[in-house]
Amino acid sequence: MWRDGMQLPVPLALAEPVTTVPLATGLSRRAFVKSAAAGLVVAFIVPVAARRAFAAEPGPAAKPPVSPNAFIRIAPDDSVTILLKHSEMGQGVWTSLPMVVAEELGCDWSRVRVEHAPAAPEYAHTAFGMQMTGGSTSTWESFDQLRTAGAMARELLVAAAAAKLGVKAAECRVDNGHVVHGERHVRYGEVAEAAAKLPMPASVKLKEAKDWTLIGKPTRRLDSRAKTTGTAEFGIDVKRPDMAVALVARAPVFGATLKKVDATKAKAIAGVLDVVEVPSGVAVLGKHFWAAKQGRDALVLEWDEGAFAQASTANLRDEYRKLAATPGATAKAAGDVEAALKGAPSAIEAEYEVPFLAHAPMEPLNCTVSIDAEGCEIWTGTQFQTVDQMNVGKALGIKPGQVRIHTTFLGGGFGRRANPTSDFIVEAALVAKAAKRTVKVVWTREDDIHGGYYRPMWLSRLRASLDADGKPAAWAHTIVGQSILAGTPFEPMMVKDGVDATSVEGAADSPYLAAIPAHRVELHSPKSPVTVLWWRSVGHSHTAFVVESFVDELAHAAKQDPLEYRRALLPKGARERRALDLAAEKFGWGKPLPKGHAAGLAVHQSFDSYVAQVAEVSVEDGKVRVHRVVCAIDCGPVVNPLTVEAQMQSGIAYGLSAALHGELTLKNGRVEQNNFNDYVALRLPEMPKVEVHVVPSTDKMGGCGEPGTPPIAPAVGNALFALTGKRLRRLPFRLA
Amino acid sequence: MKLVVNGQPHEVDAPADMPLLWVLRDILGMTGTKFGCGLAQCGACTVHLDGQAIRSCVMPAVAAAGKSVTTIEGLSSDGSHPVQRAWQELDVVQCGYCQSGQIMSAAALIAQKPSPSDADIDAAMAGNLCRCGTYQRIRGAVHRAAELASKEGGHVA
Repeated sequence: MWRDGMQLPVPLALAEPVTTVPLATGLSRRAFVKSAAAGLVVAFIVPVAARRAFAAEPGPAAKPPVSPNAFIRIAPDDSVTILLKHSEMGQGVWTSLPMVVAEELGCDWSRVRVEHAPAAPEYAHTAFGMQMTGGSTSTWESFDQLRTAGAMARELLVAAAAAKLGVKAAECRVDNGHVVHGERHVRYGEVAEAAAKLPMPASVKLKEAKDWTLIGKPTRRLDSRAKTTGTAEFGIDVKRPDMAVALVARAPVFGATLKKVDATKAKAIAGVLDVVEVPSGVAVLGKHFWAAKQGRDALVLEWDEGAFAQASTANLRDEYRKLAATPGATAKAAGDVEAALKGAPSAIEAEYEVPFLAHAPMEPLNCTVSIDAEGCEIWTGTQFQTVDQMNVGKALGIKPGQVRIHTTFLGGGFGRRANPTSDFIVEAALVAKAAKRTVKVVWTREDDIHGGYYRPMWLSRLRASLDADGKPAAWAHTIVGQSILAGTPFEPMMVKDGVDATSVEGAADSPYLAAIPAHRVELHSPKSPVTVLWWRSVGHSHTAFVVESFVDELAHAAKQDPLEYRRALLPKGARERRALDLAAEKFGWGKPLPKGHAAGLAVHQSFDSYVAQVAEVSVEDGKVRVHRVVCAIDCGPVVNPLTVEAQMQSGIAYGLSAALHGELTLKNGRVEQNNFNDYVALRLPEMPKVEVHVVPSTDKMGGCGEPGTPPIAPAVGNALFALTGKRLRRLPFRLA
Repeated sequence: MKLVVNGQPHEVDAPADMPLLWVLRDILGMTGTKFGCGLAQCGACTVHLDGQAIRSCVMPAVAAAGKSVTTIEGLSSDGSHPVQRAWQELDVVQCGYCQSGQIMSAAALIAQKPSPSDADIDAAMAGNLCRCGTYQRIRGAVHRAAELASKEGGHVA
């Protein structure tokens, strides 16, 4: 969801510096390690005291296992605990990042355990300077850091074992959790405590790629057992002493304000404990969800609905269409587009549109908060720990460092749990404060669907002309849609000259533009009370659909094969081309398909990964049926092939949900959909057979969580055009 | 009311209209069964009632009185049920939130149809949403679970 250079602005950076607490041994808690192989790498030693406080352990009596650094703890029984600074929300970091540590640590993989790290400065994203999970960045941003941490711990263990054996460290090697010297072995657990007392190595040597034994090997998930036995703890499962469960009645119309509250009936419901007002609405606290729900249903509320109560999707579309016909802020420009279009024998013009979308993760939003003398303690599934600390600190009038966050498993994130406003977390903190007790705020599915922070609705107007060879000579693209970053702390870095980089990503930097002499990409960012947010793949979720569909239109207008047409526009050696070629080859592009079937393709770079997809479709009983998707990805070096495959399947299913079904519409300022009955998601019988192929690559490492999503809608739309001759320019696809 | 959950009898004091889901989660503290929609649309709350897969979010707990309720916690004591093993073997889970419900639906299916076809799987699993899109591996894992169960004499639930 982010691009390079998107650090948190200085005034908002977490105020607390990294504490340097002396160890029991008197060593510094922080070490900087320079690795020739990996450039400057910083590794931290976590303050033991701080970690204990965050872990809410019952006091100093609990002796923590030895902590070679912030990411690794090795216990006397040889078990290795990796502290995960990223949030596991399905994308597999619970497994892939420990693999990176273990590659260098040389431990026994079967003894590796994983815990979410506390919210602390040591766990900041190396590129963004704050603790967060998003933008498909986790693996590449921590790859060197975690390898270095593993190597540091290994060096310390070797040094400690060598001392124990009375030999030189240089004569030892490591093997599966042992330090080995000749015939003699020392278990890691035996020397872990001694290792922690040694000075940090000044430098460590990282393995060369050819020597990797774990990285690149298909490795099963470490959270599988917990998640197949019902024991994995999600935020919604958190239980605290004397905890109330709360539901909040929020504004029915975006921007509405509360006029009058009558809670008499709500308070009469058995099990209702309290009713409190918070800025976002009225919270009903119950001894369990059901009581709180009954109580909330019994509230009698009067709202001043405000001007937005007149708004509808049809009105918005008219407004966007008018804007699209006017000049916007320039995101990219070369040559004289209008002259080129005017002089062309036939211009091709099209309008594309995608709707508001809710992320609708399976686990409804929730957050548990307990306010105490030291600040507050939070249990939730969040992607945005540092921002949450700042927002909650501000809301409660305490320092960010006093906001202790326990990250649970996330029952899906897709961007919804990374909110610059921390909406569901701040609200829970304010409910806890108003009610003066520990509270878990739970959202219903309807709350989630109505609750805003949507993928924006987007409208695109495109015009192009072709030269004598059928190649595009001019390309004009005007995008209309709300800015995600306007009004957030990220605006100063990411909105330049009226252009929110996330609104035009994938369009303004399309690799096709370089081959088009006159091109122009413009943006209008209308404002509205509807709150918007990044949704898996952010701007790419609309730009890939528009660009890859329109290029397909041009290929057909030029009477050329869509694959060859794209190849001719892409520079030789382009990573898009490699992905496209592999997908086309594995699919058998151009070979006959069963009667009534047709194929379409798309390729798109997002988050530094290059993904091509070929979809095979038919229409059955008037419905789109996607039979098969062949997907090729170039994401640079792969840590866990099983993760890459899973994330491509996942991204395709998520994107297909949106392409075939997903749509939020507004009427009278309200979202018309309510739950999974009318906000429809892809179901198992609709899942195509997905084949994933990885382009062997040593190029720059990219992400996997999001890049599978953007190409699927255009691949399916292009296949539907090939099948029916009808170009579908609005999502979700409607045949009639 | 008296409820028997995973073979254990419980005396529960709950409002008559309280769904079984919330009795399990908020009164009995068994949080393996999940809330996803409250409308029997997503299947995250699937449990077995006398061996049948049902959506506990819309079933009043009183309707389960006198019957046998099985939740994910009771499917096996140690994660060794063929469906759970197949799920682990095929690396099915992602965020994992829907998987208790998926597993309970799959377990009921193979108890009734020891060798389910793809069409059987479509029919039995269509009511279980997964926003992570683990469907392809679920399909494979249901077939694998059926295979594991038949090797072991077919006793799966």
